[in-house]
Amino acid sequence: MTIIQFVLLGAALFSIGLYGVLTRKNAVLVLASVELMLAAVNVNLVAFDVYLGDASHAGQIMTLFLIALAAAEVGIGIAIVLLVFRNRRSANIDELDVMRY
Amino acid sequence: MTITFSDWITEIANWVFLAIALPTLGAAILVVSAKNIVRAVLALVVTLAGTAALFMMLGAEFVGWTVVLVYIGAVIILFLIGIMITRAPLTKNADLSQPMSMRAPAALLSIILFAVIGWAVVASFGAAAIPLPDEATTTASIGETMFTNWVIPFEVMSFVLLAALVGGIALARQDAPEEEEA
Repeated sequence: MTIIQFVLLGAALFSIGLYGVLTRKNAVLVLASVELMLAAVNVNLVAFDVYLGDASHAGQIMTLFLIALAAAEVGIGIAIVLLVFRNRRSANIDELDVMRY
Repeated sequence: MTITFSDWITEIANWVFLAIALPTLGAAILVVSAKNIVRAVLALVVTLAGTAALFMMLGAEFVGWTVVLVYIGAVIILFLIGIMITRAPLTKNADLSQPMSMRAPAALLSIILFAVIGWAVVASFGAAAIPLPDEATTTASIGETMFTNWVIPFEVMSFVLLAALVGGIALARQDAPEEEEA
C-alpha cells in the first residue's frame, strides 16, 4: 500500500465536501458536507500517523480530538439552524438574504 | 521504498482498499447530489463507515470504533432530528441544491482543488510505501499517550464540549414566558 492512495481519497472527499457546501440549499445538508470535509482530514491524519510510524500516535490522538470537536460543531450548528427556522420559517440558506443589500 | 503499479495491483490489501474506498466516494457524491434529504444523510453513514473501515485497515482500531460510535451513532441522529424539526421537504424530488448556474462553477472549483492537492501529493510522495504495523494500535497505548503528552489539550477539549453544551441549550431553548416580578 502507498501513502498517496489514502491522501488522494482524502483529497477527493474534501473536494466533494467543498462542492456540497457551495451548492446545497438546505442548512442541514451544508452541515453534512462539512462533516465530509472533516472526515477527509481524519483519513489524512490516521494515514500519516501510520506512515510516519509515530510511537506516541499523535495523529490518532488528533483524530480523536477532531471527532469530539466535530460532534460539538454539529450540536451548535443544528441549534443555530433550529433558531433560524423558528424565526424565518425556513432552513434554506438562500432565503437568508436580509444582510445582503 | 517505492512501489510499482504491478506490485500495487497484485497486493491483496489494495483490493480491500479499493472495495472500501470506491463505495465511500460514491456515497460521498450521493451526500452532495441526492434529491431526497434523508437519503443524502443516510449516504453520509456509508461514507463515515467507509472511513472507519479504512482506519481499522491501518491498525487504528480505537479511532475506527470511535467514529462508529460518535459519528454513526450520535451525529447522524442529530442530523435526522434536525431534518425533522425544520420540516425539510421529504419528497423525492425536493429542491435541495442551487441552480445549475451555481453548480457548474462550484464543480469546476472542486475539480481544480482536487487536481492541485493531487499534483502536490504525487509530486512530494511519489509511490512511497506505507509501512503497515504488525499489530493494531492498542487502546492502552492511546490512553497512555493521551494522559501523558496530551493531557492539557484533553482538558481544553472538555471545556469546549461544556461550552458547546451550554451554548446549544441557550440557543435552542424556547424563551420562557416572562416571570412576574415579585
